[in-house]
Amino acid sequence: MAISRDEIEKVALLARIKTSDEEARSLESNVSNILDLVDQLQSADTDQVEPLAHPLDAVGQLRDDTVTETNQRAAFQRIAPATEDGLYLVPQVIE
Amino acid sequence: MQWDVVIGLEIHVQLATQTKLFSGTSTAYGAEPNTQASAVDLAMPGTLPVPNREAFRYATLFGLAVNAEINQRSVFERKNYFYPDLPKGYQTTQLAEPIVGPGRVDIAVGDGEEKMVRIHHAHLEEDAGKSLHEDFHGMTGIDLNRAGTPLIEIVTEPDLNSAEEAVAFARKLHGLVTSLGICDGDLSQGSMRFDVNVSVKPHGSDTLGTRTETKNLNSFRFMEQAIHHEVERQIDILEDGGEIVQETRLYNGDRDESRSMRTKEEANDYRYFPCPDLLPVEIDEAFIEETRRMMPELPDERRARFQKTYGLSDYDADLLSASADTAGYFEKAHSTGGDAKLVANWILGELSGRLNSEDRTIGDCPVAPEKLGDMVARLTDDTLSSKGAKTVFDRLWDDDSQSVDAIIDAEGLRQVSDTGELEALVDSVLADMPEQIEQYREADPKKRKKLMGGFMGPLMKASKGQGNPKVLNEILKKKLDES
Repeated sequence: MAISRDEIEKVALLARIKTSDEEARSLESNVSNILDLVDQLQSADTDQVEPLAHPLDAVGQLRDDTVTETNQRAAFQRIAPATEDGLYLVPQVIE
Repeated sequence: MQWDVVIGLEIHVQLATQTKLFSGTSTAYGAEPNTQASAVDLAMPGTLPVPNREAFRYATLFGLAVNAEINQRSVFERKNYFYPDLPKGYQTTQLAEPIVGPGRVDIAVGDGEEKMVRIHHAHLEEDAGKSLHEDFHGMTGIDLNRAGTPLIEIVTEPDLNSAEEAVAFARKLHGLVTSLGICDGDLSQGSMRFDVNVSVKPHGSDTLGTRTETKNLNSFRFMEQAIHHEVERQIDILEDGGEIVQETRLYNGDRDESRSMRTKEEANDYRYFPCPDLLPVEIDEAFIEETRRMMPELPDERRARFQKTYGLSDYDADLLSASADTAGYFEKAHSTGGDAKLVANWILGELSGRLNSEDRTIGDCPVAPEKLGDMVARLTDDTLSSKGAKTVFDRLWDDDSQSVDAIIDAEGLRQVSDTGELEALVDSVLADMPEQIEQYREADPKKRKKLMGGFMGPLMKASKGQGNPKVLNEILKKKLDES
């Protein structure tokens, strides 16, 4: 299955990845190749197969509802680009 | 043209667990920014989520309370979108296999009628952080304390047909989750948030109209206003020959305005997929049974019990049983007050009025329920007049550490009910009112009752407001009618 340039650009936007024209062109053929492989997989008969939620055949463990974490704000904020009054600062979000 | 309104709700209910859905970080409200945001909540590389058993417990409790199927196997998925208050770049939520399947909630509509509202499902998910858009030198501040707090999102079928029904449902749900103890129910802190899906269709039509979603309403009042607003907006468009665009809207309650939130190029495309960091969770029958045994009394059962045990009217029982806080207050007040009807009247009248006017909830009522009960007991045994009771109530409101009897003595509110003493008083007052007595005796018996009022004023004054009006009234009538 071929993927269109528009779709490549949409996926790139959703993933917040900036792509040049050239990159988009090469992605177009690369991703189309991957989708061809997916097409091949799609042709397998999976009617009797439960959708896979996780590759490991196991179930998750649950945790007790007890506080185990302590305040590590200072350590985390040391590696943040910008903070003020305990807040992380990010480029302004306009809704 | 007549229009039918169709409403479905999505309700986010913050679960009252001690810790987050996937980390052992505290969820206590009001902490300093980012002091409750650990490595897992911040999506630091190498961290892994571990689900909180209590969140599953609470979700299961909710499911059982709405007669829903509990899915023993639940799978977490990633809902991908970018926003600065979502550190991982995705929200961990449930889609195909939510913990709570289809259920139902009955709400009261109009006069004693019930309406069934179907629950489509409810799923567990994590909350995002908070963005503070005040100006930080042209930047936005992010507080991630709330990030990872467990929520259940409850999704209804489009079974509601007016803003009033939607509010009735939301209130019912509020009473339910607070009675279950799975949510603190504090709307002002965002503990419950409502998204409303609204569409309109020509009256009687079977085809649903295009719907819009208005997100993040955090009070019953705003929800009601937002629905009215949206219904009007849609009808205006349709009656002008326009079309409704399926979109997400934001409602500004202070201005009663709404606007489109997401533009076309950002159309929702969440690319859900099962979260590879989390194995499917299976809860067993024993867990569900254990949860069932933990089920507290729910508002509907409580209402029935209040009617039966306390002889309360439909109306009083309904109001007093709806929330766990109000019900608890009533029962405590009744334990010292005795007279259920009188206790109910005080809670639903004076107390509620005062709470409303000060914008408080019964949870932080300054008058302890037992004290209100003590006061009611003094009303019932005739120590207090209803006017005196109001004074006692005011004093308690300011400071409920004093006993009701101490307030009565300090304020001189003890009623005189002693017949001998009051008879002497009536005699002395009547001695000064010969003309009025004459007038009374000559009056048509039907008018006499009214004329009696003219004696009560001076009598109350003479007793310095302490005479029991009922006893005074009886003595007065006897004296006036006898000779």
